[in-house]
Amino acid sequence: MPKFRLIRREENSTLVGLMTPILSIIMAFVLGWLVLDLAGFNPALVYRKMFSGSLGTYYAVSETIVKAIPLMLAGLAVSLAFKMKLWNIGAEGQIYMGAFAASGVAVAVGDGSPFLLIPLTMLAGFIAGAAWGFIPGMLRAYGQVNETIITLMLNYVAIYWVDYLVFGPWKDPKSMGFPLAPILPSGAQLPVLGDSRVHLGLIFALIIAVIIYILIQHTRWGYEVRVLGESQAAARYAGINVAKNIMLVMLISGGIAGIAGMIEVSGITHRLQQDLSPGYGYTAIIVAWLARLNPFAIILVAFLFGALIVGGYAIQIVGVSFAITQVFQGIVLFFLLAGELFIKYRIILIKEEAG
Amino acid sequence: MLKRIPAIEMSGISKRFPGVSANDNINFKVYPGEIHALLGENGAGKSTLMSILAGLYRPDSGKIKIKGEAVKLRSPGNALEAGIGMIYQHFRLVSNFTIAENIILGTKNKKIGINKEQIESDIRSFSSSFGMEINPADKIYQLSLGEQQRVEILKMLYRGCEILIMDEPTTVLTPGEVKELFKILRTMAEQGKGVVLITHKLDEVMEIADYVTVLRSGKVVGDGQISELDKQSLTRMMVGRDIVHSQAEGKKQIGELILAVDNLNVKGVRGNRAVSNLSFNLYKGEILAIAGVAGNGQKELIEAIAGLREIESGSIEYEGEEIQHYNVKARAVLGIRTVPEDRIGMGLVPNISIMDNSILRSYLQDEFKKGFLLDYPKIKEYARQIISDYNIVCSDIHHPVNYLSGGNLQKLLLGREIDGNPRVLAAAYPVRGLDVAASEDVYNLFFHEREKGTAILLILEDLEDVFRIADRVAVMYQGSIKKILEVENTSIDEIGSIMLGAEVMGEQYAEV
Ligand SMILES: Nc1ncnc2c1ncn2[C@@H]1O[C@H](COP(=O)(O)OP(=O)(O)OP(=O)(O)O)[C@@H](O)[C@H]1O
Ligand SMILES: [Mg+2]
Repeated sequence: MPKFRLIRREENSTLVGLMTPILSIIMAFVLGWLVLDLAGFNPALVYRKMFSGSLGTYYAVSETIVKAIPLMLAGLAVSLAFKMKLWNIGAEGQIYMGAFAASGVAVAVGDGSPFLLIPLTMLAGFIAGAAWGFIPGMLRAYGQVNETIITLMLNYVAIYWVDYLVFGPWKDPKSMGFPLAPILPSGAQLPVLGDSRVHLGLIFALIIAVIIYILIQHTRWGYEVRVLGESQAAARYAGINVAKNIMLVMLISGGIAGIAGMIEVSGITHRLQQDLSPGYGYTAIIVAWLARLNPFAIILVAFLFGALIVGGYAIQIVGVSFAITQVFQGIVLFFLLAGELFIKYRIILIKEEAG
Repeated sequence: MLKRIPAIEMSGISKRFPGVSANDNINFKVYPGEIHALLGENGAGKSTLMSILAGLYRPDSGKIKIKGEAVKLRSPGNALEAGIGMIYQHFRLVSNFTIAENIILGTKNKKIGINKEQIESDIRSFSSSFGMEINPADKIYQLSLGEQQRVEILKMLYRGCEILIMDEPTTVLTPGEVKELFKILRTMAEQGKGVVLITHKLDEVMEIADYVTVLRSGKVVGDGQISELDKQSLTRMMVGRDIVHSQAEGKKQIGELILAVDNLNVKGVRGNRAVSNLSFNLYKGEILAIAGVAGNGQKELIEAIAGLREIESGSIEYEGEEIQHYNVKARAVLGIRTVPEDRIGMGLVPNISIMDNSILRSYLQDEFKKGFLLDYPKIKEYARQIISDYNIVCSDIHHPVNYLSGGNLQKLLLGREIDGNPRVLAAAYPVRGLDVAASEDVYNLFFHEREKGTAILLILEDLEDVFRIADRVAVMYQGSIKKILEVENTSIDEIGSIMLGAEVMGEQYAEV
């Protein structure tokens, strides 16, 4: 029997780096075909539905973008922390905190000019998310506490905090018993494109991607982040303040995720509610890695994942249960992640030699 | 005499990296029982060739035969199965495992319920058959670098390695450990194993090797029996000319006091006292060498002067001003520049470009700023200038700094620090891993700095270099400076014995 072996690549191949995601997706569709077939569906039909449901029409594309926007923002957020090898897996909680603060501020201020309300809610979202990133950042910088665990735990705190509010003190009397907070004043709602749900958040995401690119590649601070991401000893030798930068990066990372929460509230739901994010903060981690932390690639990959989510909804119409759509998403993820392996390793076939 | 079959035979090996031909049609043979030195300038392609043999890199073309049979080496595991093991400069041991655990780690021996005592006694008798005395139950972190290297060798031998490749094994060893290592290598050769030794130290080559192959710019430029060669002919093969050892001419006028270190105490990484009650003065326009067996606090001293390590007590005065509480940046601004022992990882940032590394210490200067952005066209120009001023061989400043060879790394690091116009320049092991020509270049940079009146503090390992380079020599032992001597008034023997702890009393020292 032939054996396989993994060999670390001596040079990272750009070609493989580019081909792998594409091949992985093709592979995922091949395997997905089998799964659908076994489950008794007509795979061709399901795929057609999936494609037309996510990319086939003007409306479908607009919905894909709607789902991609929070992924873009959260992906950009975590990529910043990952650049410095800080494992911020707390974007989900930071999204919830951003949403909480944005909706609280908007409802408290009441109606007014969008030119005032939108920047104000955005700031509130940023600050709340930033605080949620700063706490683990500070613990890491001064107490050497592992940020992975703290950010993960803070996710639950934030999600249950929002639950508490929408079931309790913030519950809208007009919501007929549903766990929903009051509607945002119209001045705090993000303008949309035509008759779609694509909102101004898209522009924010694009602007933030450009800002992050410039910050990291072209400013002194970005230089410090890049040095720190590679070697703390070298950073100290260069006179870079390690603790300050850890806190700052976690703060900004949390703040951008907070903006993702804010735009979900002011652009889509228009109110704080339970299950505001279907795990955008976690999917964003995968988005950021697949994009190899490149801000512009994050925009593209987020779009792809948006299509996956929307396509998943669309195929429910032809009777594919929601569970199957998740299996399908899992397969895509599996292949994309397995594809990572090919970027770092070569796989070789070993022929059994006699003797 | 019978025609011997080479243990390994590489023929027509070529390997290109972006922009360089690291190996170009190389033929290389090692016979059983032979200690084969592989020599060449920095960047000549030695490590690349051996990495191919160890299965780490795949050659673009060429053939490898082991005991006359063609093989394809696709991975280090593959190579090890074929009997080829390589030991890198950075050891790959699990530091809180025992020696025994490290040795059996990853071997194919998958007997359930392996008996610890059995394995330990196996390893003990195995190691003594090669003249190595170790305690297999010791944890790796308890071992000195020399001992760790022995564990690496044992690990390879235990896995049935017939050809052992060692890439610059002596750079981190004390002279005593080098002797030990050579004894082990000789025993291995007597037992019919082949050894390939990459080194820049010609004395070592003359002492231990049987045969030598010299590379230059990726090609074999010479080879031969050591008994028929001498140091001068080896140098000529390596660099294509004779190296004139430059020596500072005439007695230097030593300038005013610039740095005064008084009663300094510094803790080491393990909380031990690495520097204890250490004092010395450094004057403008002199080179003060610190001699001592590695691990006697030299590294901590340099870090304390740089501001990278907190001091417990004592003072550091720079031009009459106490600076021990200043941070790294403030000291660099004053003109105190240091070249740390750890080149990639501290002095240079791995995985980022050569260009970005060139501004590591000056990225905050206004000349590299344009609005609120870094002025990359200027930075590029600056990096190119460093490259050309200090003769750094590099195909592209956008490449990660790790692509540079050892000598070029050091020239980049040193060039960058000298370019910051230091008034005090402290460097740890500045020529470690450098070839003769590159070492000469580096020493010339120091001479040039001294001319300009810079005060220079160098930690050196080679005593002959100390006498050639320095004006004064301070001997360091167990964290303090035992004695400072003018090089004209002392000898290698005297320094050597103080290094090993001989009592110093007044002007006298006791013989050991
Ligand atoms: N992974 C790599 N990618 C690109 N270039 C490389 C890589 N490794 C080595 N090189 C280049 O190949 C050439 C040979 O390098 P190599 O490390 O084999 O030299 P060497 O003889 O071991 O030098 P030294 O004595 O400094 O260790 C150099 O020009 C080096 O810059
Ligand atoms: Mg080398």
